[in-house]
Amino acid sequence: MQKSLHINPELCTGCVQCELACSYDNEGVFNPSKSRIKVFKFHDEGRFVPYTCTQCSDAWCQQACPVDAITLDAATGAKVVNDATCVGCKVCTIACPFGTVNYNADTGKVIKCDLCGGDPECAKACPTDAITFIDANWTGLGKMRDWAMKTDAGAQAGA
Amino acid sequence: MNYVIIGAGPAGVVAAETLRKNDPEGDITMISGEGASPYSRMAIPYFLTGKIEESGTHLRKAKDHYDSNSIKVIAENVSKVDTKKSTVTLSNGDSVSYDKLLIASGATPVKPPVPGLDRVGVHHCWTLEDAHNIVKHAVKGSDVVLMGAGFIGCIILESLLARGVNLTVVEAEDRMVPRMMNQIGGTMIKDWCIAKGANVLTSTRATSVDEADGKLAVTVDSGDVIPADLVVVATGVKSNTDFLDGTDIKMEDGILIDDHFRTNVDNVYAAGDCAKGREFNSDGWAVHAIQPTATEHGRIAAVNMTGGDCGQYRGSLSMNVLDTAGLVTASFGQWEGVGGDGVETVDKDNFRYMRLEFDKDDMLVGALSLGRTDQVGCIRGLIQARKPMGKWKARLLEDPNRIAEAYVGLSQ
Ligand SMILES: Cc1cc2nc3c(=O)[nH]c(=O)nc-3n(C[C@H](O)[C@H](O)[C@H](O)COP(=O)(O)OP(=O)(O)OC[C@H]3O[C@@H](n4cnc5c(N)ncnc54)[C@H](O)[C@@H]3O)c2cc1C
Ligand code: SF4
Repeated sequence: MQKSLHINPELCTGCVQCELACSYDNEGVFNPSKSRIKVFKFHDEGRFVPYTCTQCSDAWCQQACPVDAITLDAATGAKVVNDATCVGCKVCTIACPFGTVNYNADTGKVIKCDLCGGDPECAKACPTDAITFIDANWTGLGKMRDWAMKTDAGAQAGA
Repeated sequence: MNYVIIGAGPAGVVAAETLRKNDPEGDITMISGEGASPYSRMAIPYFLTGKIEESGTHLRKAKDHYDSNSIKVIAENVSKVDTKKSTVTLSNGDSVSYDKLLIASGATPVKPPVPGLDRVGVHHCWTLEDAHNIVKHAVKGSDVVLMGAGFIGCIILESLLARGVNLTVVEAEDRMVPRMMNQIGGTMIKDWCIAKGANVLTSTRATSVDEADGKLAVTVDSGDVIPADLVVVATGVKSNTDFLDGTDIKMEDGILIDDHFRTNVDNVYAAGDCAKGREFNSDGWAVHAIQPTATEHGRIAAVNMTGGDCGQYRGSLSMNVLDTAGLVTASFGQWEGVGGDGVETVDKDNFRYMRLEFDKDDMLVGALSLGRTDQVGCIRGLIQARKPMGKWKARLLEDPNRIAEAYVGLSQ
């Protein structure tokens, strides 16, 4: 059974430990702006929503890439950017309707969540279990996917 | 089932792969007019800067990708299609028959009616062959004139600057990327490019290209003459359809297709830059000539060709992202507005700009962004979700930069 990130915003306190862990593990710095997971803070509602890539199966980013730089990691189900192949054209950053592929001007490449090879740092760092890494069937990604399905009716279904 | 695809660009390759996925038994033949290794035109700018080798432009990296998917690639030009006999004739005289045909032949650049564009040293930047020619002539310190500052022109602009040439850009319209940016954004891009060392002449037409002192000389309508070792022409493209002469296939500026990607002729489909497909969110049909539309077309056309069900196709969203020497801009959908509310924030000093357009039902229909790289994809998500923005509309009217928050707030 493949696992995926399960996010429960109700449990999030906005402490951004996940952002710090992600940026440190992937970019070597404690810097939320370099994190691949982002905590959105809706202060008026007192709500915090950790947010990252859902590793969708027919991924828009992957399909739009002109040079095959985004590939499936069969072990984890993650869509992974191959830095050596990426030319930095940014087409994936506009193709992804979630906005979870971002350009890094320092490297001239894009970055996105790769599930840390199967042991996500964000889930380990989260003190409240707002982010867990569990069997894919149990995750609440449905809501996000519902939205995504609207992105191009026809383009995903059946393909 | 015997499928034949004309063209091996992104539309053709994605179609071939999708056909294979949906019909494991069918015969799939893809005919490529540019050699046996399908490549992506979009990667050419990075070949020009030396970021990648030629192999880095290939659409698929595994050597046996097409073989292992039983996709036969024929490296030949198609010279003729006979839809009555269901055959395709190749330039070597061979004939290939089909049950279902997909035309994914892309586009070719056009030359404006300026005398002298047939001279040696004048090139387009559309094919790998063009790219090899440009690499030869665009050496450090050489004088290069780029005709056309549209989307493709501006993409090449960055590569040419990176090669260290003395660059002059000549654009007939009053701003850069006129079909992707409004006056404010286009002018900011121009200011940026000038600061990066390019000489940008907008509202200027080239009137002739001559030879003088062993160099080319580009005369513009002000009377000025600009010397050049290389002239790159990027003034637009047209659909590649000459080989369809003599068929009944209907076309305008692209091959006309329905929502199932069928042409008016039985068993003939079209996709990508050669096709005039439905635009997202409007009653309009257009040739987008962009990569995301080409791959989306290829995929949906192939599902239809195998008799699969895609649900109602609602059209492809026009979108571009551009990097002009470090300034990243993006445009989405109907950024010119459709009569609803609009909002923008301009920060000329820091090269930041954001504009949003809503329709009368408070849905987001278009956007322009300049100087931003984080979470821009949310704009696509918001537009294509076709949901009223609710309380987020007022917040976005106050600060259009909160698009990612709006997306998360509305979807989670
Ligand atoms: C320099 C450059 C940069 C670009 N950058 C971007 C970008 O940043 N973002 C973006 O969205 N788009 C970009 N584009 C546009 C993008 O590359 C095209 O939209 C895309 O390639 C269209 O795909 P296609 O498969 O429809 O056509 P093409 O890629 O043009 O492929 C058509 C194929 O058909 C073949 N063919 C044509 N006629 C025949 C025939 N008679 N017989 C056999 N084969 C034939 C051609 O050889 C080619 O292989 C760029 C284009 C260029 C040139
Ligand atoms: S930025 Fe890199 S990963 Fe994204 S589409 Fe371009 S080449 Fe592919």
